[in-house]
Amino acid sequence: MSRRLWRFNGGVHPSQHKYESTRNAIGQALLPKQLTLPLHQHIGEPAEPLVQVGDHVLKGQQIARANGYVSAPIHAPSSGTIAAIGEYPIPHPSGLSADCIIIDTDGEDRWGERLAIADYKELSPSALRNLIREAGIVGLGGAGFPSYIKLNPGHDKVIKTLILNGVECEPYITCDDMLMRERPEQVIAGLNVARHALQAEQCIIAIENNKPEAWDAINAAAQDYDYIEVVRVPTLYPQGSEKQLVKVLTGKEVPSNGLSLQIGVVSINVGTSAAIYRAIFEGEPLLSRIITVSGSGVDTARNLETLIGTAMDELVRQCDGDPEQLGKLIMGGPMMGFAMHRTDLPVIKTTNCILSHHREQMPKQKPVLPCIRCGACMDACPVELLPQQLYWFTRSDELDKAQDHDLFDCIECGCCSYVCPSNIPLVQYYRYAKGEIWIREREREKAEQARKRFEFRQDRIERRKAEHGARRKQKQDGSKKRDDKRAEIQAAVERAQQRRDQAMQQAGQRQTERKQGDDKDNTLQ
Amino acid sequence: MDLHTTTSPHNTGPNSVTLLMLRVIIALIPGIAAYIWFFGWGLAINISIAITTALLSEALVLKWRQRPIKPFLSDGSAVVTATLLALAIPPLAPWWVTVIGTLFAIVIAKHLYGGLGFNPFNPAMIGYVMLLISFPREMTSWIPLISLSDISLNFKESLVYIFTQQLPPSVTLDALTEATPLDTLKTHLNMGNTVAEVRAQLGLDEETSRLLSVTPIFGDVGGKGWEWINGGFLLGGLWLIYKKVIGWQIPLAVIGSLSTIALLFFLFDNDHNASPLFHLFSGAIILGAFFIATDPVTAAASPRGRLVYGAGIGVLIYVIRSWGGYPDSIAFAVLLMNMVVPIIDHYFKPRVFGHRN
Repeated sequence: MSRRLWRFNGGVHPSQHKYESTRNAIGQALLPKQLTLPLHQHIGEPAEPLVQVGDHVLKGQQIARANGYVSAPIHAPSSGTIAAIGEYPIPHPSGLSADCIIIDTDGEDRWGERLAIADYKELSPSALRNLIREAGIVGLGGAGFPSYIKLNPGHDKVIKTLILNGVECEPYITCDDMLMRERPEQVIAGLNVARHALQAEQCIIAIENNKPEAWDAINAAAQDYDYIEVVRVPTLYPQGSEKQLVKVLTGKEVPSNGLSLQIGVVSINVGTSAAIYRAIFEGEPLLSRIITVSGSGVDTARNLETLIGTAMDELVRQCDGDPEQLGKLIMGGPMMGFAMHRTDLPVIKTTNCILSHHREQMPKQKPVLPCIRCGACMDACPVELLPQQLYWFTRSDELDKAQDHDLFDCIECGCCSYVCPSNIPLVQYYRYAKGEIWIREREREKAEQARKRFEFRQDRIERRKAEHGARRKQKQDGSKKRDDKRAEIQAAVERAQQRRDQAMQQAGQRQTERKQGDDKDNTLQ
Repeated sequence: MDLHTTTSPHNTGPNSVTLLMLRVIIALIPGIAAYIWFFGWGLAINISIAITTALLSEALVLKWRQRPIKPFLSDGSAVVTATLLALAIPPLAPWWVTVIGTLFAIVIAKHLYGGLGFNPFNPAMIGYVMLLISFPREMTSWIPLISLSDISLNFKESLVYIFTQQLPPSVTLDALTEATPLDTLKTHLNMGNTVAEVRAQLGLDEETSRLLSVTPIFGDVGGKGWEWINGGFLLGGLWLIYKKVIGWQIPLAVIGSLSTIALLFFLFDNDHNASPLFHLFSGAIILGAFFIATDPVTAAASPRGRLVYGAGIGVLIYVIRSWGGYPDSIAFAVLLMNMVVPIIDHYFKPRVFGHRN
């Protein structure tokens, strides 16, 4: 059965370099002496340590708990002692340090308690999600978004399609490819769990046509399930990007700034699916992942099942490379990966590839020429932006115009830089522009707050002044009134006096009259 | 240990400005070859003069501007500008016409605005228009087809004529120059003849009749010889689209809008309006549509913007050809549309993924 496929704009076909690392089966990375576990390996809040320095931990034991809704716990990848908790260099483009838990492994790799679920269908979706959350599973495709949130679309949302992303469009990276080839049943089992958690109607597994072995393996594993459709999509970078893949498979576009579940679609990576399988069926939280080690810096490119927290230079050594001889070390692929500042950084949950370049085999830096507005970037942009316009706006510091041209829809896939005949590092400009806009926005907010505070203060002062004025006036008015009153009282007193005087006079008169009357009476008597 | 920490993407594609320009040059070859076949070696000499002038002057200006010379000189853009300008100059124009035009294009129209990528107007067309206005006699002295004329200059004679204006004793200047098909048609339509009369060379004034009877200039659809030259440019242009050096929108819009408007007038009155095919294959439309209007630096950027830009050029060409003072008008049409490119770019943005219309 063939499914109708849609197209997104542009995309590029960089040379794939997948062959080097698929010649060897997935190997097991050696248990390192020390594991460095950053508390922030996912999108959201960093995890909160549950252990103290000196504690002995068992493999699979939770050593840091999720902090809030968008967060993920972290588990000890092997047994050992907590050596330190504090700031250490992390694999981040900034080259900065962040909070990490360091475990000195004891070499025994002793498991703690494991709880495997016999029949996941007996559990409610919400119970399943909790298990996935407690297993610390995040999107292993690269974004690191906590998976249980993705599997929780909300009561009112009906998820029609669950997409399993096995596209893996970045050059060099083959961890998903090898996973699908060697452990297809795990991938399918994890997908079934995710489908149950989402109550999704149908599942589509998308695999690029440059992975025929993986396609065969997955097809064989999926044939018992009539709701799973395995779709072969043409090789095109960046098809593995969620929004682009949803468009290719369903023809629907995820709204800008929105999530795919708004259009009834959820997509997860095949690696995530296998991690869900392990968490549910084997009671094993996310402790390790498959990492591709490739590039000119290693002699034996291959995939290694690696404990989270293993140092990158150890992996390079295990693949017959010399970390001292590297000129560049990239976490991720050549299109979107981050160049590392040092080689002893730990791998984290989202590390899908360690790409190293020998210092003598570095890609040549071509001279940067001015933009000739040829529009090759525009033709290659999978989001249909006008990259050359964004570039001009950024150069001339017209960041508001860049924003008007939907700068924030840019997914930084690097297609524009890849095709640019002038070798302009376009993505770098967009990152700068985005960062600058965020800084300015924050500053504007700050200024706005300061302005409000100032205005409020001014207002208060004014008000107080006005109040003072009014009170003084009132006081003044009050004293005037008192004078008036006094005058009134005076007047009243005077009036009273007058009246009394009058009364006295009258009384006097009357007395005299009476006297006269008495006299009269007397005279009468 | 010093690791490089450039940002992604860490690999780049095979594209380069030099490659783009090289492909443009390659695509020009069929048309240029046909041109030389029909009109002699003059064009080849002109192109050589123009390229030499362009490279020398660009190197000098880059030095003045304290810019790196090698990457900018090797980008090939000056070569393309020089070649396009040389194609617009009559094949036997004196050497200094080509030199002045090229200098103006490179120094004034390109570098005074900031060099590669910063010029708002097409440098070759600025150079051409400057020449056309300043040296109208030299710029309108076109020559007849070799195959139709019993007098034609060989390579050496062309060289001598271009540099010294000395003709071989047997040749007169009058015999060597002739109006272009477009010019002839325009002149005689203005004089009251019909298209059919002009093309059949009937009822024309005595002088023109005599000339045309010796060297007929009209071919099956357009000007004689020009059909082949334009065919060559069309071939190269289509190859450029195939190679994604240029988009299809501008050539299609230029040719489409010009054909539509020409067809309307032709249907309305075919006595006084030339057919669309005559318009397309007589002057520099094909060259203009595929090679000049598509100059990325000065053209509109977005797909819909390119359509508008190209359509504007097509309409302006027809307007200037029919009612303006010049028989061909690519340069003016392109330069006028260059002016409105910022507005077109502003109003014709593509719909961004995930946004409603």
